[in-house]
Amino acid sequence: MRIPGKGLIDRTKALTFRFDGSEYSGHPGDTVASALMANGVKLVGRSFKYHRPRGVLTAGSEEPNALIEVLEDGQQTPNVRATVQEVYEGLAVQSQNRAPSLKFDLLAVNDLAAPFFGAGFYYKTFMWPRAFWERLYEPAIRRAAGLGRLSGRHDEATYEKAWAYCDLLVIGAGPTGLMAALTAARAGADVILADEGARMGGALLSDMGQIGGQGSADWAASVLTELASMPNVRLMTRTTVTGAYDDGTYGALERVGLHVAPKADLPRECFWRIVTKRAVLAAGALERPIAFQNNDRPGIMLASALRTYLNRYGVVPGQRIALFANNDSARTTARDLHAAGVRIAALIDSREGASTDEPFPVHAGAVVSDTAGRHGLTSVTVRQGSREFKVEADALGLSGGWNPTVHLTCHLNGRPVWDDAIAAFVPAENAVPGLIAAGSAKGTFSTAACLAEGAAAAAVAIEALGLKAPIADIPAAADENPATEALWHIPTKPGLWNRAWLDFANDVTTKDVKLSAQEGFRSVEHMKRYTTQGMAPDQGKNSNVAALALLADVTGRAIPETGTTTFRPPFTPVSIAAMGAGGRAAGFAPQRFLTSDQASRDRGAPMIEAGLWYRPSYFPKPGETTWKEACDREVNMVRSTVGVADVSTLGKIDIQGKDAARFLDLVYTNTFSTLPVGRTRYGLMLREDGMVLDDGTSARLAEDRFLMTTTTAAAGLVMRHLDFVQQAFCAGWDVRTISVTESWAQFAVAGPLARQLLSSYLGTEIDLPFMGVAPVRIGNVQGRLFRISFSGEEGYEIAVPTRYGEALFRDLLARAELLGGGPYGMEALNVLRIEKGFITHAEIHGRVTAFDIGMEKMVSGKKDCIGKGASQRPGLSGPEREQMVGLTPVGEGVLTSGAHLYAKGAEATRVNDQGYVTSVGWSPTLNRWLGLGFLKNGRARHGEVIRMVDGLRGHDVLCTVSDPVFHDKEGAKLRG
Amino acid sequence: MADLIAKSALAGHAPLTLAGVTLSEIALDPITSIAPFSGQDAAVAKALGLVLPAPNRFAEAKGARLVWTGRGQYFLIGSPTPKGLAGIAALTDQSDGWAALRLDGPGTEAALARIVPVDIRLAAFPEGAALRTAFNHMNAVLMRTGAQTVDILVFRSMARTAWHEVEAAMTALAARQRLT
Repeated sequence: MRIPGKGLIDRTKALTFRFDGSEYSGHPGDTVASALMANGVKLVGRSFKYHRPRGVLTAGSEEPNALIEVLEDGQQTPNVRATVQEVYEGLAVQSQNRAPSLKFDLLAVNDLAAPFFGAGFYYKTFMWPRAFWERLYEPAIRRAAGLGRLSGRHDEATYEKAWAYCDLLVIGAGPTGLMAALTAARAGADVILADEGARMGGALLSDMGQIGGQGSADWAASVLTELASMPNVRLMTRTTVTGAYDDGTYGALERVGLHVAPKADLPRECFWRIVTKRAVLAAGALERPIAFQNNDRPGIMLASALRTYLNRYGVVPGQRIALFANNDSARTTARDLHAAGVRIAALIDSREGASTDEPFPVHAGAVVSDTAGRHGLTSVTVRQGSREFKVEADALGLSGGWNPTVHLTCHLNGRPVWDDAIAAFVPAENAVPGLIAAGSAKGTFSTAACLAEGAAAAAVAIEALGLKAPIADIPAAADENPATEALWHIPTKPGLWNRAWLDFANDVTTKDVKLSAQEGFRSVEHMKRYTTQGMAPDQGKNSNVAALALLADVTGRAIPETGTTTFRPPFTPVSIAAMGAGGRAAGFAPQRFLTSDQASRDRGAPMIEAGLWYRPSYFPKPGETTWKEACDREVNMVRSTVGVADVSTLGKIDIQGKDAARFLDLVYTNTFSTLPVGRTRYGLMLREDGMVLDDGTSARLAEDRFLMTTTTAAAGLVMRHLDFVQQAFCAGWDVRTISVTESWAQFAVAGPLARQLLSSYLGTEIDLPFMGVAPVRIGNVQGRLFRISFSGEEGYEIAVPTRYGEALFRDLLARAELLGGGPYGMEALNVLRIEKGFITHAEIHGRVTAFDIGMEKMVSGKKDCIGKGASQRPGLSGPEREQMVGLTPVGEGVLTSGAHLYAKGAEATRVNDQGYVTSVGWSPTLNRWLGLGFLKNGRARHGEVIRMVDGLRGHDVLCTVSDPVFHDKEGAKLRG
Repeated sequence: MADLIAKSALAGHAPLTLAGVTLSEIALDPITSIAPFSGQDAAVAKALGLVLPAPNRFAEAKGARLVWTGRGQYFLIGSPTPKGLAGIAALTDQSDGWAALRLDGPGTEAALARIVPVDIRLAAFPEGAALRTAFNHMNAVLMRTGAQTVDILVFRSMARTAWHEVEAAMTALAARQRLT
């Protein structure tokens, strides 16, 4: 119900929203919680386990009960706190964890069975039979107990991530934070002020006191106006600082578009990484409830929340309100309510001798021992000494004292310190380097002291930055402290159904904590896991301290000795979508496109990913219905006429300097210093551990200049390796390396007609020896021509600066087609190389040695190289090794890569395993399946028939072991 | 034999203005990597007529820009390589390896703050500053060429991704601006 004249909402505008299908009205400035309260709705959710009816407990992000699902465009965002979600026109939300409806929830039967459902119930009960856990118990429990549900659709909305930098990050814009930001900003520091509220001001927006002669909210507004006018200040509203990380880095989540109807392109949230030199934690304190019998009924909320709803939103949850507190702050709430004309049924103050001098009934030295009202509070039972009486009330405000928001100070392993004077944990000093806690977050509760501490903390921070702090101009304000007298729980009456809640969100009661201790889970971390206390979305913000205080009590220890559980980021839930903003689907990684990309797509080539590159798989012709038809044709084309393929993805590294040859001798197993200028040589590279790193060709362009080629897959890896070798082992060598992969577009032209094609295109008879390299001129463009072959045919690679790549590719294709040739894709390229037994990273996968692939002779005996020593260790060569072989099926049968090899007649078991298949392809040249693989002592077993078993795809084939080179063993063709 | 037609990395992408930023492809041509050989820094600087810039800086003179791009490596941009460098530095043509983008306008920093994990505010990244850093998942060279202008080099093959990601940042910023 609304209170006329109160609140900071805009009553001139009405907004319509829906909750569980019914239409309600709110105003700009309302949250779903305040608007529902204004409409007299008390019941907003069902509890996690017992399906107890629940109402709003808090007015902030720590809300454990009022969790709702927000519905928009078929999407469903679960576990949104109704106390945070702002109302907008057309907003649709629904309650969670109830069936069929909030008022009539069938699973409330769980509450009747409560005595069976205590902590540890599942572990003890659903032990047998074992298989039932996954099939029956777990699905049933998950349906019954739980929070919100997802839509099951991809989240295609826009999210953002961003970085921000500043001198001082102020976390929280209440009295402390505003004063800190103002002090630092006036001194000239770059300040970011972040606050999770929709409106900055924090507790000042709920406070009827005065600051410097102005109303608290007005003072906050005037400070914010000044801050907003300063170029060195960034105000970040709706931004929760969620974590403290190394080196002054903080994570923060901004609700960019969650407070308005979805708009095109508007991010829902932005995940910020804020890097700051200093930070002030001014996050305030969280009021804590008190555990007593039936303390979870709708209408029971925190006293400070009552005050916020009254003063900020102009709304109250009832007409006869009672308060129960162990401190003075609830008294301020009672006075504010009374002044607004709301009837105070009673203020129940647990402190003996508390003042009763109020214009409403006060019961000092009294506690609430029970409550009544199923869907909404109707009365509370008060116990004063031995006397017990009922007070009729439709709402109850609770205050069990205040917990400073220490969370961020614990994110780097700091542990908070117990302060007996305020019965609360306060931050340890310097727990996060550069972060100063101030105000209520440090356990200082009066407004006047918060203002002073904010200014002082900023002064310390900016002096550390080398700036001069101006003399703080601290306005006068109230200097009242809550004077809390510890009170954690009121024992329940005997009875199985009598429970007092600690953790509302996870339905953990005082009984559960006692049971935990009784069963030996006495450490606070064990208690947490046994009871699940503190493991709900609120992460125990409302219950941690009370739960450990009770644990301390039942285990006969002091609170500091009992300690706290670990506070970890994030402070409030952060959607994964925000952290991974931009990374959905194709945003996962950059896309690398070849200059031939469009020309390939124009010809209908399906593109496949090769690392980050997109390469044509095959080039279909009319009438071809499968990829294999196209592949077979392309292989035949290369073997009979001429084919063109874009090989620009191969890594290219320019290596220069008078020590360049010496450098290549070091990184390659074979010798390059003997390579004549104008020639290319195949090289093999080892890792430091002696395994094969990569292979490729390097061309000597000049005495002191080489062009190295790497595989596509290892281009980055090899560049990094060269950088490392150069820095680690080649101090003082004159050698310089740089990647030129992106600088050149390079095309393979292969086949019996390759020379004819290039001669006619270049207008000069090509006369390049096998493994030669020469400059060529194409019109005005300077290019390079290599005679190398990965297909086994007479092959060339022609390279031009990348900007001419597309034009060259189109020209080469046109020429090839005139000769009966054309483009070939990755599938054909793979078959061609398998026919020739050429390796790729399918073979040199990181666990094979030069010996394994039959290249041990390429490890030069005349010089050292990276990995040579390690490659000669025992066990890295010899008959025990799995060695590369060729495989062909005996008769019908398909080879599959990934299949394992066994001796003929041997059972296909792990101990009988003799190797595996790495590459396979159908050879249209030889008209059979060909495979490459590794077989134990394989080189000595050519001709043997072995068994190939593919357990995944269900193949069991006999095949013949052979040399891996199937086609043109002598290499007559490629030497031409 | 016809002359080959040159095509820029982002041919067909017209400049885009959103949220106070204009994104365009620019021509930074030619680009030559210059890596002085041991003990040749002074001789290289003399031949170039430019001071070798410190890490994270670039130097400019007479239309030529010399950018620090890594350990012992500089990119000479916009000028042919002067004579006298042969033998004292490794020279590598990089003109075709990179796509060049320019962000210009008051929203430049806000757009880049969504992509680059480095402080790019003018005070920390002033005119004459260069960065070799991550551009989302890409590798980039950033050059602050004006109070509201940043030139960016990314691998040529990744130009479309770079464009798309800057555009996405600008689009979101524009949507934020429409909110207030």
